Amino acid sequence: MLYREAGDFKTSYIEDNQTFPIAFDRYRYYAILAISFLILPFLVNDYFVNAILAPFLIYSIAAIGLNILTGYCGQVSLGTGGFMAVGAYSCYKLMTAFPDVSIVIHIIIAGGITAVIGAVFGLPSLRIKGFYLAVATLAAQFFLVWLFNRVSWFYNYSASGQINAPERTVFTIPVTGPNVEPWAMYMICLIFAFVSAVIARNLTRGALGRTWMAIRDMDIAAEIIGVNPLKAKLSAFAISSFFVGISGALFFAVYLGAAEAGDSFGIQKSFIVLFMIIIGGLGSIFGSFAGAALLVVLPVILKLIGADFLGWPTGLVAHIQLVIVGLLIILFLVLEPHGLAQLWRIAKEKLRLWPFPH
Amino acid sequence: MNKTDVNKGSDDYSVRSVVMEMKNITLRFGGVVAIKEISFDILEGEIRAIIGPNGAGKSSMLNVISGFYSPQEGEIWFRGEKRPWLKPYQVARQGIARTFQNIALFEGMSVLDNVMTGRLTHMNSNIFSQALWKGQSEREEVENRDHAERVIDFLEIQHIRKTPVSRLPYGLKKRVELARALVSEPSLLLLDEPMAGMNVEEKEDMSRFILDVNDEFGTTIALIEHDMGVVMDLSDRVVVMDYGRKIGDGAPDEVRNNQDVIDAYLGVSHD
Amino acid sequence: MPDQVLFATEVVLNGLMAGVMYSLVALGFVLIFKASGIFNFAQGVMALFAAMTLVGIQNGQVPFSHLFNAIFGTKIHYFGWEVHSVIAILLTVIVMIFMAWAVQRYIFQYLIGQEPIILFMATIGLAYFLEGVADLMWGAEIKTLNVCLNSDTCLPQGINTVIDSVTFGWFGYGFFVDNLDISATIVAIFLVAVLVIFSQYTKQGRAMRAVADDHQAALSVGISLNYIWILVWSVAGFVALVAGIMWGAKSGVQFSLSLIALKALPVLMLGGFTSIPGAIVGGLIIGVGEKLFEFLIGPMIGGATENWFAYMLALLFLVFRPQGLFGEKIIERV
Repeated sequence: MLYREAGDFKTSYIEDNQTFPIAFDRYRYYAILAISFLILPFLVNDYFVNAILAPFLIYSIAAIGLNILTGYCGQVSLGTGGFMAVGAYSCYKLMTAFPDVSIVIHIIIAGGITAVIGAVFGLPSLRIKGFYLAVATLAAQFFLVWLFNRVSWFYNYSASGQINAPERTVFTIPVTGPNVEPWAMYMICLIFAFVSAVIARNLTRGALGRTWMAIRDMDIAAEIIGVNPLKAKLSAFAISSFFVGISGALFFAVYLGAAEAGDSFGIQKSFIVLFMIIIGGLGSIFGSFAGAALLVVLPVILKLIGADFLGWPTGLVAHIQLVIVGLLIILFLVLEPHGLAQLWRIAKEKLRLWPFPH
Repeated sequence: MNKTDVNKGSDDYSVRSVVMEMKNITLRFGGVVAIKEISFDILEGEIRAIIGPNGAGKSSMLNVISGFYSPQEGEIWFRGEKRPWLKPYQVARQGIARTFQNIALFEGMSVLDNVMTGRLTHMNSNIFSQALWKGQSEREEVENRDHAERVIDFLEIQHIRKTPVSRLPYGLKKRVELARALVSEPSLLLLDEPMAGMNVEEKEDMSRFILDVNDEFGTTIALIEHDMGVVMDLSDRVVVMDYGRKIGDGAPDEVRNNQDVIDAYLGVSHD
Repeated sequence: MPDQVLFATEVVLNGLMAGVMYSLVALGFVLIFKASGIFNFAQGVMALFAAMTLVGIQNGQVPFSHLFNAIFGTKIHYFGWEVHSVIAILLTVIVMIFMAWAVQRYIFQYLIGQEPIILFMATIGLAYFLEGVADLMWGAEIKTLNVCLNSDTCLPQGINTVIDSVTFGWFGYGFFVDNLDISATIVAIFLVAVLVIFSQYTKQGRAMRAVADDHQAALSVGISLNYIWILVWSVAGFVALVAGIMWGAKSGVQFSLSLIALKALPVLMLGGFTSIPGAIVGGLIIGVGEKLFEFLIGPMIGGATENWFAYMLALLFLVFRPQGLFGEKIIERV
């Protein structure tokens, strides 16, 4: 009976525009924030952060980015891995070139650089549509990875061809390099994920978000009511790439510590992030988190059950994982094309009327 | 919404100022001539109808006005100036809004969001303000919501404002589309078959709304319609097209008695 | 002739052969897209799946033996017999037809009327699923594939000595052309001929073309869409098998096969999604283009440009001609 909007009258458009118009949702949101920021940092251990929390938060940022492009603006991209690589390598070059500047600023600038590259690869979207564009974004994926593998300036001419994150601190606490405490890794990822989500939410519920959705739903009509398609599509590519770049920078600098373009940012990354938003829900910020959570937790659980508990060979478990992920994608597209977020929404609709559904 | 019916009320059309004038427009697709040397004008505050049989080039004409097609020959004069070749979104920014023959709403969005897209030409806050939802962007959001709500009231669609458009029946969709066009406060409103596929009751509602829009906001309207009865009742002046040519132009009664028009609609014996 | 020109000619020749291989995969895409509007991203994995199944049957592998062994602790791997290539191919065709039926029955029947991009993403899911199933069934290790009629006559491999000696006689430089590429070209020509005859002169072929033109109209004259779509997926499965045999014999049956098959996508962007001649010409252009680029420009910029050249070429091409090589100019309407 708590979950009600009756009696909760909005007296201004500002109140009506807020993200969680229902009081119960709002309180739950604050509770989750309090737990993640104030309690979890004291509880987490190395395994939990490395296996689940850090990749979950970092993938969430990438999923938010791709969701802006694909879920909100309707442009399918298979170049996410390549753009993550741009973020990672920009961050690496900045970290090594300006060791005195804060790593936080480096990560944000890396996002900015990725935004520019993303906008450049978004230019063809003005002429090419649908899966033609999806295939065209493969050009970004393969070209960028090749570039970072072949041009040794990007990895500072290191013999291994890898990039390694040197130690950098925030308020004297190391967040990159070999001496990172699990809670510090968790906190920096959490802060970036939280800020990204808030910004993405603000952008998508305002004028820019409506511009994107108009292009997604019917580009010709959008242009005729006054949407400049060039600005709409390029801004979607740029802002999407900004988030993807930040996630790539975090993935390399904070999570992996060392990376190589082909291994860490190959086409599989592009697919995984795409799957996250399909399963989580196209056009939903919450869905980006839900999808990332599912696809990060699933392999961990499979490994726990299959390899550790049942003692099956890890290769076999990996194949089973492929089958399950493929099945999940198909299942969601068949049963609920709007993903977990829609299931959640339906559950809330039901709850709102419960126990008198008619 | 500001009332701009300064010139309205005078039955003498020579007194009214010209909003838009088409001069010798010719549009071809490859070898097919869709519009051939058509000229007409649209006066401030009037309801101007374009009628004609199927394939006469009416929709193409509307697409030329909204900048979707660029004609090979001819000039468009808007508010006393020759209009250069503009892209559709630039035309929209000049204050020309339209609806579509086959509803072109944004199906993935709510009614309110659809109507709010009509205000996009009035929203200019920068991306940082939008990202933080502070300052100009928040102010604009509220101001434009206010406009949107007034149009929603006016067209009596308050009860469905948060409903996804995809769930609405046809008649309501047409009304939402009108709302989206109207909310941009256009100086010229183009309606492409606003009553196509409606039953009698819905047609009456729509006619009432069109007349109300014209009356209350003083909006100049150009519309395409098949239903002759509706056209004759609604419009101040009528252009008749057939096979891409103009075959009649004038007040509804004049046009009704024009021999060319009768031939085009009823057919003529070829002997 | 100067050496550079000779080398370049050889490169072009090999590019043409590689192009034929791309075209083989692209053909499967075109068939499905024409008939159902589905952009089948899984075509490459289908080729991998078909090749793995063929090798598995040839070698008498027990399907799902790894899974079986893991669950029951047994150590079963082989039946202990070897199957003749022709019979193995027939059995594989049956498996591919079964797959076509399952794909239609359990996936696309539920997705009728969905937006093309949703269908596209479903095929990406299908690609993952099929890859997982193939690995579970036959194991993920690299396998060698050869198709033999008897112990003496197999698919020829290695350098073609005739071309080598003839060109040596002409230019003093022997061209290296792989026998397998030559067979692939012959098979591809044969395959296209069969497909054309099938679609032009058989009842099923006509029905397929009718469905490709207009679903509703085809339904109204009594064509079963379901049947046609299963048929189309089966034919695409067969094309995938042919491509799988050729690719597998050339570079081993392994996961990277499905990545090579991704190259068929830029081929389609060049040639258009609905044109069989487009798929062939597009394949040849991409094959020659990437080999020549690698030969002329590659050494200057670090090599391995084949990874991305095809995609970049297709992208640039489409920016200037969005309808592709053979498409008609698009007039947009509202």
